[in-house]
Amino acid sequence: MLLLTVYFLLPIYFLIVAATKPQGDLASTNGLVFSHFNLFDNIRVLFTRSDGIFGRWAVNTVIYAVLGAAVGTLVSALCGYALAKFSFRGREFLFSVILGGVLVPTTALALPLFLLFSATGIVNTYLAVFLPSIVSPFGVYLARIFANAAVPQELIESARLDGAGEFRTFFSVAFRLMTPALVTIFLFQFVAIWNNFFLPMVMLQKESLFPITLGLYQWNGQTARAPLLQQSVITGSLVSIVPVIIVFILLQRFWRTGLAAGSLK
Amino acid sequence: MTDISTRVPHVMSSPGRRRRSGGPRAGTVAAFVTPFFLPFLLFYVVPVGYALWQSFRVVRRTGGQYGTSYTAFGGLDQYAQVFQNTEFWSSIGRIGLFGIVQVPVMLFVALVMALLLDTPLLRVKAFFRITAFMPYAVPGVIAAIMWSYLYSPQLSPVVDLLTSVGWQPDFLGPGAVLWSAANVSTWLWTGYNMLIMYAALQAIPQELYEAAKIDGASQWTIAWRIKVPIIAPSIVLTTVFSIIGTLQLYAEPAVLRQISSNISSTFTPNMLAYAVASGNNYQQAAAISVVIALITFVLSFGFMRLTSKRAGL
Repeated sequence: MLLLTVYFLLPIYFLIVAATKPQGDLASTNGLVFSHFNLFDNIRVLFTRSDGIFGRWAVNTVIYAVLGAAVGTLVSALCGYALAKFSFRGREFLFSVILGGVLVPTTALALPLFLLFSATGIVNTYLAVFLPSIVSPFGVYLARIFANAAVPQELIESARLDGAGEFRTFFSVAFRLMTPALVTIFLFQFVAIWNNFFLPMVMLQKESLFPITLGLYQWNGQTARAPLLQQSVITGSLVSIVPVIIVFILLQRFWRTGLAAGSLK
Repeated sequence: MTDISTRVPHVMSSPGRRRRSGGPRAGTVAAFVTPFFLPFLLFYVVPVGYALWQSFRVVRRTGGQYGTSYTAFGGLDQYAQVFQNTEFWSSIGRIGLFGIVQVPVMLFVALVMALLLDTPLLRVKAFFRITAFMPYAVPGVIAAIMWSYLYSPQLSPVVDLLTSVGWQPDFLGPGAVLWSAANVSTWLWTGYNMLIMYAALQAIPQELYEAAKIDGASQWTIAWRIKVPIIAPSIVLTTVFSIIGTLQLYAEPAVLRQISSNISSTFTPNMLAYAVASGNNYQQAAAISVVIALITFVLSFGFMRLTSKRAGL
């Protein structure tokens, strides 16, 4: 167990140590021991390099992953709730189609999407990455489970009797009851977008539209020609994963409910 | 919908007007479902259909080498080319080897960790759970960058350490680089899979263990004879997701390619599809993608069928 703990922490520990070093110390000093503390300078260099492009990538990542996951969660919740609480013709068929979508790997969609988007001229724009990112069949699957579990039918009925429309019922009654579940759906969606490297790589040529992952990948490919970039790749990796790790740890309990629901087949 | 009153063409019912609570009207249902379903159709279903259609097309030229090109129906030509493509088969072979070793090792470790978390034997549970799960917050690209520094002979403290005890590892060598990529995947996903299994374990009612304890069963027996069979569905699920993920592998080897000369541009099936598409041969790339998807499908469902038969379900 101790060995496994070391294994999981080693790369992150190495990254923290390396991010505090001046470029010159990376190769010449032991990678697991702190040398000159140069972290703030490294961060300054990171954010000023190429006219502050890294900050731009950070903003893009927030647009793609945070905003995309928020929109995705909302549409998944509406659809999952309808599948759970309304009876209509074709409901089961609709759900089966969406469930089939869970098994479609997002990487497989990137190339055909690129060709389709080329025809419409939205390749190399925010929309090319943002639009496909909001679709999460798994989110609908979770939303349906959670709506069934958390929203009693009687409450919906009584809201209807009070004359509330379906949307008002959803937003004032169901939404509140489903909030913890919605956080879970949001987290899963966020990770899916944050991890999806293939889609932005296929869609974007303009550096100013890159998410952090694609930007760091590009820098990492240039370190042979520009060795000083190495330090920025390391610092940039650290700066981009630390906030996400902190949020993950704070929202731990939401993961467990989602993973438990995900494993009920 | 058996509402035969004359429909007013607006969706919201006026306040105070009682409707039979037979649920909402078709228009309202559509308003709930469409915001998801329309993008789903456009960005999931249509691309799948489009890739299929493309894979049956071939590029022809009117007269000679410099004639204008157009696409025509080519039947199974593209597929025949995929099957004759040795690079395709070697990428499948590589990924097959990777999967046969990496997936069982990762899931076995995840299962052992989950079982340990579920016993009173392990203290500092929360700490261990968080530590193992943390890599899931790191995108594949960044994980591969981190590990590539730990593999690189110039920078790695691990290489330094192993060299000092007289072992000269070459993590980026032709024989090792595949396993270096496998290690990145293992590091990323073990904790996530552990949590799925642990969540399933937590759902088992404690009473089940009482009888076994009275019969004097050890923790060991309870774990392997009672717990594992009960959480079998979640093990199957994690296996299927791992198979899908393995066949889609792209980012990690692409990053390692930046520092190792032993990874070709066609190292994994997806890298090959991308390389072919970059050469503007979209129809061939589409056919490769379809074949990858079919292999994924057959393996996932084959595995599910196999395990459900064995479990006698």
